[in-house]
Amino acid sequence: MTERTKRLRDKSLAARPSISAERARLMTDFYRANLGKLSAPVMRAESFRHLCREKTIYIGDDELIVGERGPFPKAVPTYPELTCHSLGDLRILSTRPKTHYDVDDECLRIYEQEVIPYWRGRSMRDRLFERMTEDWKAAYEAGMFTEFMEQRAPGHTVLDDKIYFKGMVDFRADIARALAELDFLNDPEAYEKSQALRSFDIACDAAILFADRHAALAREIAHNETEPTRKSGLEKIVQACSRVPAYAPRDFHEALQSYWFCHLAVITELNGWDSFNPGHLDQHLLPFYEKGLADGSLTRESARELLECFFIKFNNHPAPPKVGVTAAESGTYTDFANINIGGLLRDGADGSNEVSHILLDIVDEMHLLQPSTNIQLSSKSPEKFLKHALKVIRQGYGFPSIFNADTVVLEQVRQGKTLEDARAGGCSGCVEVGAFGKEAFILTGYFNMVKVLELALHNGIEPKTGKRLGPATGEPDSFHSFEDVFQAWRLQFQHFLDVKLRGNQVIERMYAQDMPAPFLSVLTDDCIAKGRDYNAGGARYNNSYIQFVGLGSLTDSFGAIREMCFDGERGGLRVGELVAVLDRDFEGCESLRQRLVNKTRKYGNDDDEADRVMVRIFNTCFEELDGKPNTKGGHYRVEMLPTTCHVYFGSVTGAMPDGRRAGLPLSEGISPVQGADRRGPTAVIKSAAKLDHVKAGGTLLNMKFTPSLVAGEEGVEKWGHLVRSYFKLGGHHVQFNVVGAETLREAQKDPEKYRDLIVRVAGYSDYFCDLSAALQEEIIARTEHEGF
Amino acid sequence: MRGSGKQAITGLITNIQRYSLQDGPGIRTTVFFKGCPLDCWWCHNPEGLSRRREVVTIANRCQQCGECIKACPEGVAQPGSSPAGSVCVRCGACIGACPTGARQFAGMTMTVDDVLWEIDRDRIFHDDSSGGVTFSGGEPLLQPEFLLALLHGCRHSGVRTAVDTCGFVNESTLLEVAAHADLILFDVKLLDDSKHRKFTGVSNAVILANLRRLCGRHPEVWLRVPVIPTVNDSPEDLEDMARFAASLSGIRQVSLLPYHRTGIQKFERLGREYRLPAIIPPSAAEMKAAADCFQAHGLKVKVGG
Repeated sequence: MTERTKRLRDKSLAARPSISAERARLMTDFYRANLGKLSAPVMRAESFRHLCREKTIYIGDDELIVGERGPFPKAVPTYPELTCHSLGDLRILSTRPKTHYDVDDECLRIYEQEVIPYWRGRSMRDRLFERMTEDWKAAYEAGMFTEFMEQRAPGHTVLDDKIYFKGMVDFRADIARALAELDFLNDPEAYEKSQALRSFDIACDAAILFADRHAALAREIAHNETEPTRKSGLEKIVQACSRVPAYAPRDFHEALQSYWFCHLAVITELNGWDSFNPGHLDQHLLPFYEKGLADGSLTRESARELLECFFIKFNNHPAPPKVGVTAAESGTYTDFANINIGGLLRDGADGSNEVSHILLDIVDEMHLLQPSTNIQLSSKSPEKFLKHALKVIRQGYGFPSIFNADTVVLEQVRQGKTLEDARAGGCSGCVEVGAFGKEAFILTGYFNMVKVLELALHNGIEPKTGKRLGPATGEPDSFHSFEDVFQAWRLQFQHFLDVKLRGNQVIERMYAQDMPAPFLSVLTDDCIAKGRDYNAGGARYNNSYIQFVGLGSLTDSFGAIREMCFDGERGGLRVGELVAVLDRDFEGCESLRQRLVNKTRKYGNDDDEADRVMVRIFNTCFEELDGKPNTKGGHYRVEMLPTTCHVYFGSVTGAMPDGRRAGLPLSEGISPVQGADRRGPTAVIKSAAKLDHVKAGGTLLNMKFTPSLVAGEEGVEKWGHLVRSYFKLGGHHVQFNVVGAETLREAQKDPEKYRDLIVRVAGYSDYFCDLSAALQEEIIARTEHEGF
Repeated sequence: MRGSGKQAITGLITNIQRYSLQDGPGIRTTVFFKGCPLDCWWCHNPEGLSRRREVVTIANRCQQCGECIKACPEGVAQPGSSPAGSVCVRCGACIGACPTGARQFAGMTMTVDDVLWEIDRDRIFHDDSSGGVTFSGGEPLLQPEFLLALLHGCRHSGVRTAVDTCGFVNESTLLEVAAHADLILFDVKLLDDSKHRKFTGVSNAVILANLRRLCGRHPEVWLRVPVIPTVNDSPEDLEDMARFAASLSGIRQVSLLPYHRTGIQKFERLGREYRLPAIIPPSAAEMKAAADCFQAHGLKVKVGG
């Protein structure tokens, strides 16, 4: 880091997250004045332009890359048109010990007097719950599934390379051409398209306006600046902000500033899931890097400093806080922007370059919570690249995670994308694949597969309330074989999946009609060509995901039922007896619980019999969901990802036959149940590779290594082989926590001292001390793979 | 590899360790044979000493539920510890009854095919890392027929092999095994024979003779020397050992294995006494000094496997 970026980093780390009511107030004013006058797309675009025109502009000391979503760093705006926080919500945010946000009296006053009176009943969240069926609400409240769009807009979208050779002026020309070509005589949708295209044009103008205001402010500060270095820095800011994003960037600095304005515009327009993401940043920047080195305007060091400034910008933007169930499922400041490093080029060649190594160096040195980073490792990636990444991971800060670029391409080609689009795609959020710049790949909610078994074991009755939640699929003692149990689970699974999907279809249409995203549409192919919004199917590809949770817990529970109740030698326990024990949460049956935990086959040990059940569950998810149509001309796909939802789902799920007590977390991703894998990392990898990763849109495998296992050059080398082997077997993703349990215990005792301790949670990294006590315990409990 | 013949031959194995990083190059699978002619005080695999199947007890897993007492036909089971001496007939009733897995067998009878199949589970890791399988123990050469069948099976399927031996074995058996193994890890503990007798129970004469014979005949022999504070870690001991190693033609590498205390708990689990007094494992700096001593004689040295 340079002195400048050290200061910027310190400032970013010290800044306290707070809630800013500015955006809510501006949005409320605009809606009050204009609702009903404009079509929905134009209304959204004009409200966005209003924000760009009116919001406070911030340029901090030392900054080279400028622009904040809020009025100053870590001031987080709210989106009352999506989710309107209550006064109670805001007070909780300002008083809860973890992931705290400051809320001042002025903010509370604005909310009480202006925001809440207007938006209560009008926000997407309020209207969405209004339109869900009783079945849906009952299942949602029981914790069968969650719903992403009740809090934030559809998102997970990543940018490709288009803004590096095109500016808003060029997009406006494309829009004008599309408008001119509309055929009102023959195309019944021509009017809708014209409104969408008009909204796109307004959004481009708004982004230019936003940049111009930064240029003006920088000019003003520069005018009064006497220190020559800073003055020239400010002049460069003026130059960049006057140029981008209106026109294509000319150099490295402008390229970063152009992306950053687009980033801010996307996350100001709407609060899409996982913010926004530059995707293959190293590949996009390489031409600017090489040009700068060649013409002498850039050095490796100055490029690195600019990138460091850019990274700090991400860190200044904590995720907008949630309310209700989702607050528990994802308690984090991280907004999941996940930069892809390495990967493949469009033509299939290795995509790693010198900028990839600079990015890895920055991750290694800066230890910021945001942005997340991952490496896309292909069979063509050089060893040097992999080893560099592993040495960064070894520091124990959880970054970067590792993806199999070859499988990522295959997954997308299976979904019907072109090979080139798939290669230019990658991963975002936690582990989700997408065609960058060309796809709306929407996560729609987590699905509690273990709770489904609980219902199957109770004939469709929720044991906690005694109320019927699912179909009657048989009393436990009517199951005469393992097949009977599995079929009952499958029937329940189909039922709740249907309930979830029916809700999804409604919600998707609500967003398509009422909540367009014009600026994001400008950046996403083929919205302009189709004259259709991103939220209405304008993207070239439109996959919707459901994320299934609890694969390991469910596998082990099924295995235990088979062994204890139906296995010739050891069986003999009636299913009804087992269920009665579960209903008592194993009270008075510790010996049986121990037997279930220790003496039944477990997923994660390369045990074919146990793993077969895992594969069968995964295939059931795939058969029941994959290829079902969404309302945008795309399809539903399977995702095996928990984020932190396995903790929430565990808290609403009773005791299970794998010996897990009621309320404890479920297994996460495709990782084995915490502590159930006892044959070391190769066995975990072999087990996890038995499912066909190509059929999913992302799987998450978490492994915890102690530093001793990866010490020295040789440790890194063997670790690299381990990763390569997993990917040769077709694995999608693996991430490593390199940390000793004693370090984590110390951190629990003395959080002050370990405030910078970042651990991988599930697809992303977080400050260990910010995690809930339950999640901290779980991270400690995850098997530590000792070498000997 | 399953069904490739040799089903009839069986051996006694304590454990098959996957993702083993210490017993040769690359990622390895280590097969621990049960039974050893030596009885080293510092042994960290004491479950590999006896040639019989034994009952081990992992005390901190025991919840004192008493299931083992109920199950024991001899009336000798004690929760949380292994029955000492000869009272236990090792029938395994308590192992089946124990719900927590605190009670386990050390030693399982496996066929050649069973072991080959288990090795095959990690083939992809062996291939990618230039690793393979290591037969260790205990002393693998105490079960020569079984070991040779395994070596043949591995060669047949292209798995690289290493054999880790204490050297206190029949010379012709050693040479036959060596002819079929890609790498020999040869352990030498002490050069002073009286100390060797005291701490391992046997003379080192056969061991050193075997090593000399082997060195001329096998292209890949690694010497493995445990560094045990107060026993063989004085500068003179190390210097003697380094000079000895350098005098042998064909030692490709010397591995210095720092003493560690995991054996203490294992002796407890077996209900046996640990004879070594409380000694502190060598520090990294001490190991570095030991390595330097070997390096000074032109030897390739590695700390750890």
